[in-house]
Amino acid sequence: MAVPVAAVEAAPIDWEVPEEQVGLWSDAWVRFRRNRLAVLGLGLVTFLVVVALISPLLVHFGLIHSPFTQQVESIETGPGVNGHPFGTDILGRDTLARLMIGSQVSLTVGLLVQGIIFPIGLTIGLTAGYFGGRIDNLLMRFTDIWYAFPDLLFVLVVVSVWRQGGPWFVQLIPIFGAIALVNWVGLARLVRGQVLSIKEKEYIEAARSSGSPPLKLILKHLLPNSLGPIIVTLTFGIPNAIFLEAVLSFLGVGIQPPQPTWGQMVADGVEAIYANPTAVVFPALAIGFTLLAFSFIGDGLRDALDPRMRR
Amino acid sequence: MIPVVFFVIVITFVLMHSAQGSPWDKAGGRQLSQVVIDNLNKKYGLDKPVWEQFLLYVWNVLHFDFGLSYQYQGKSVLELIGGGWPYTATIGVLAFAMIVPIGVGLGVLAALRQNSRIDYATMGFATFAASFPNFVVGALMIVFFSVLLYKWTGGDFFLPAGGWGVDDHLIMPAVTLALLPIAYTARLTRASTLETIRQDYIRTAWAKGLSERLVVVRHVLKNSLIPVVTTLGPTFAFLVTGSVIVEQVFTIPGIGRAFVVAVTSRDYPMILGTTVLFSIVIAAANLVVDILYVFIDPRVRLT
Repeated sequence: MAVPVAAVEAAPIDWEVPEEQVGLWSDAWVRFRRNRLAVLGLGLVTFLVVVALISPLLVHFGLIHSPFTQQVESIETGPGVNGHPFGTDILGRDTLARLMIGSQVSLTVGLLVQGIIFPIGLTIGLTAGYFGGRIDNLLMRFTDIWYAFPDLLFVLVVVSVWRQGGPWFVQLIPIFGAIALVNWVGLARLVRGQVLSIKEKEYIEAARSSGSPPLKLILKHLLPNSLGPIIVTLTFGIPNAIFLEAVLSFLGVGIQPPQPTWGQMVADGVEAIYANPTAVVFPALAIGFTLLAFSFIGDGLRDALDPRMRR
Repeated sequence: MIPVVFFVIVITFVLMHSAQGSPWDKAGGRQLSQVVIDNLNKKYGLDKPVWEQFLLYVWNVLHFDFGLSYQYQGKSVLELIGGGWPYTATIGVLAFAMIVPIGVGLGVLAALRQNSRIDYATMGFATFAASFPNFVVGALMIVFFSVLLYKWTGGDFFLPAGGWGVDDHLIMPAVTLALLPIAYTARLTRASTLETIRQDYIRTAWAKGLSERLVVVRHVLKNSLIPVVTTLGPTFAFLVTGSVIVEQVFTIPGIGRAFVVAVTSRDYPMILGTTVLFSIVIAAANLVVDILYVFIDPRVRLT
């Protein structure tokens, strides 16, 4: 072809990278923000985290009632009576203060359990998916059987055996253990599936043929590319863990009084429901809307991180 | 099914024996004398080595003997479960009877009128029902239907907050138990119906001039219900674990409540027996669903 040399020189190729690069995370964030419910959920969760962090301070400075003080003159009062905005419970303790302090337990369980599940599920899933063979077979057999055993029953059994006294975060240890024990299996299975499907992609083949050692292959290619679904699963794990803790408290085998938890407050409120129904309504709504907020965030993340939905 | 049940027995058995202290420890200062403890251990077979206890337990389970309860002296686990099952089964059957028609109906309706108000209302309901735990729904229902309705109607019309006796007692527990499975079934039915109505054979059915009713009943439903059948297995698991919570909320003396009592009082034979029984029920339900699938979906074959 007779391309004039002068013309090629006249139009040099523009090598400059555009100022704003749209990467996976910023792209996902843009799409997450577009989901109104997810943003609402994130707002609610942020609010809850702030409440959980500052409520001990508020109690310390006397801005809200102490969740442990029993006021004999105002037992089972409705909202707004005697300076209790949400009323009091059967022992005359302020419902608002107990709700605020109780949020610490729910959030701790929800978030920390994922912190336990993540390394375990990830390691086992990656190993099984990458090396396959006998480890993989063992994992799949194990998870098949595990799935047939309902979470709640297992957690109840474990907690009934491992229950112990002490401050509330010590009492939480067996609960953490039990919830993590039922949930890591799901994550391991998901990671395995991800690894299996990514392993066959061309870029992995390219990396391997250019001599990447297995560890580098896993950490640099397999892990970052399967991170999206892992994050989504962990996010949905948060409401599940909060739910399980709330049920345990409700059934009376969770955190023991005097530390308030939402599940326990519902159980106590049901006992005296005719005297003061609001003692049930507030903690019940707190549990429901917290779980709803986390599942909105999970839905938003799933839509934002799913590469198949990209424009 | 048998490996699942066996595995459940192993896990639960190991857990029970990892408990600290002995079941005869008393809260407070006064302990039982050594002679009494030895006799109790002998009665419940705790004087034998653990592996022998385990083999004996499996052998007994095979003969439908789940041992004696620690808490109710002289009562066997099977007696306790037998006393509770009519309550649990009644609520469970009622809930199950609601799940399939309501869940499938809502799902199909939402899919056929996609992006309409019915669709949004159904999906909104499903989202809420999937997020609000059973006991929260139950407690809120008691507040509304028992307490507030009683006040508003001056005691003429309300639902009882708990207990057992008249038919009114069944309404709230059954609805509470069914709500979550209904939400899941509706969601799944909607998704699978949406997929089905985009198929070529549905266009053919419309093109040859069938009425909407015929298209929906004969062509859409028949195919969109196939994936819904798979959820019946997990639905059973929902009903079983749900009974534990619902019976506690509405104070129904069923198996679920007996299980909770056993858990709080560490009645190990009772916990073990109930767990094994629950896992047998769920595993059997899954097996039935797997077999059903072969008959419903010609693409699936038993291998």
